[in-house]
Amino acid sequence: MRVQALAIRIIRQFLRDKRTLALLFLAPLFVLSLMKLVFDGQSVSPALGVVDLPAAAVDRLEQLNADIIEYGNRESAEEAMRSGELDGLLQWNGAVPELLLEGSDPGVNKAVLLLLQNALQAGSPGMPPNVSYLHGGPDMASFDSFGPVLIGFFSFFFVFLLAGVSFLRERTSGTLERLLATPVRRSEIVVGYLAGFGLFTLLQASLIAWFSVDVLQLYMAGSIGYMLIINLLLSLTALTLGTLLSSFASTEFQIIQFIPIVIVPQAFFSGLFNLDAMHPWLQKLSYVMPLYYGADAMRGIMIRGEEWSSFQSNVYVLIGFSLLFALLNVLALGKHRSM
Amino acid sequence: MSIANETSVKQEPAVELQGITRRFGDAPVLDGISLTIPKGELFGLLGPSGSGKTTLIKLITGIDRANAGTVHMLGVPMPRLSMLQAFGYMAQSDALYQELTGRQNLEFFGAMFGLKRQRLKERILSVAETVQLSEHLNKQTSAYSGGMKRRLSLAIAMLHEPELLILDEPTVGIDPVLRQSIWSELFALTKRGVTIIITTHVMDEAEKCDRLGLIRDGKLIAVDTPAEIVRKAGCGTIEEAFIALGRMGGEAS
Repeated sequence: MRVQALAIRIIRQFLRDKRTLALLFLAPLFVLSLMKLVFDGQSVSPALGVVDLPAAAVDRLEQLNADIIEYGNRESAEEAMRSGELDGLLQWNGAVPELLLEGSDPGVNKAVLLLLQNALQAGSPGMPPNVSYLHGGPDMASFDSFGPVLIGFFSFFFVFLLAGVSFLRERTSGTLERLLATPVRRSEIVVGYLAGFGLFTLLQASLIAWFSVDVLQLYMAGSIGYMLIINLLLSLTALTLGTLLSSFASTEFQIIQFIPIVIVPQAFFSGLFNLDAMHPWLQKLSYVMPLYYGADAMRGIMIRGEEWSSFQSNVYVLIGFSLLFALLNVLALGKHRSM
Repeated sequence: MSIANETSVKQEPAVELQGITRRFGDAPVLDGISLTIPKGELFGLLGPSGSGKTTLIKLITGIDRANAGTVHMLGVPMPRLSMLQAFGYMAQSDALYQELTGRQNLEFFGAMFGLKRQRLKERILSVAETVQLSEHLNKQTSAYSGGMKRRLSLAIAMLHEPELLILDEPTVGIDPVLRQSIWSELFALTKRGVTIIITTHVMDEAEKCDRLGLIRDGKLIAVDTPAEIVRKAGCGTIEEAFIALGRMGGEAS
């Protein structure tokens, strides 16, 4: 009897909470669709730059579905690779093919090597290519490539949750109402939250950076200071986004519900998975995701040893996101007090 | 009005409500309420739960906005951010940071009202004395009893010496002896010119107010001194008067 009453009560509560219902039924479909899009899109065709390659070889490679770009000399080809246009660069050095791999993504490295192998098999047996790497090396594990993205992702994720829940608490405990009955400005509240949390996010960013480089021994080609800056900016974005979204949640549980909506898609688009296989217009979705910019910069710094000039635009975008969310936060607080 | 202002400062009402209507959706929660509360008065709001007391209080503080009508506080149209400095507000929920100690809570809200270090210290000691929490200031608030939380909440409301104190059920869960001492503090405050608006369920507390406003179904059905309300209703006690006036449906206002 009691069990029945309990069950009925729970069912009633669920039916009252439409959002939880939507989460239960729609979110899995949503995440599954995303995964399908990421893993089952068009096949990857690596962009291969070639210098002085016999026309017959170029034809063979093109038959194997590679994007071949011919360069007049090696310098311009390497320049193109550094700016991220090429995955590999093939040059005929006498009888031995020489392959330079971009190296940031082990998955892409493999794809290029496989392509070349097939092409060579189809033709004369020839010599195996000499392989060298622009970034990383043959022993770079997948995790070295994922690592920088995961660092960004987890900073973002936990700060988002924490900020969301604590701002929500402020509301449900009535302290927000009391706070808004004092002459404090709404913007002061938002900035105060940023400052208070900023301290912890700075600590968190330092800890994560130290742990991943010194303990996990992640491949690290760049400056740890830059890495800290990016991590901190990502956390600030997560903080402002978390507090903003908490205005639209009325329980901790509803904060959790934002994870598959806000966090998981960002994980997919952040570079954990190679988006080259995805439909081009879907790839553009990553432009609205803060994590994409953070992860991109993080990868650049850690794997490619990028300098400020190479990732500064990502810094500005992240600052822009933070400012935008903070501003929206001030507006959202107007729901509780009109002045 | 502006010419007479100099001489009539004392007469400027603490709170003046005119034709206040507040709807949530289609349902009116407050319906055409007009009320003037002079400075230094201890005004009691009485009404069953759901009658709109708390909504009215939120409108007075400016936290909420009326759909129609005007609110003036000390002659200034509300809501206005700077006027919040003149309020002390104690909501029905204790609204404390459970993770902080009593002192840290007081320090935080004191800072929100711009109290500087030395004065903040003095005020914290003073209000803690009033609500008898001096010995417990360094305890974490989550370890407080219900009554202690209520008292700390009251202390926060009085911290910055507001001209207008708005207390939503301040004495719930507070034992009779302490309740007595809180009331004598409230009387002392009104003598100094502080205006107090209080909501209560407790009828013997209602009798201590200078004037009472009876709210029912979002309408102010009577505003008068406790004695006058009892007399008009032809009953023996406030409680009976409240029930009787409620039945008459607002004729007395």
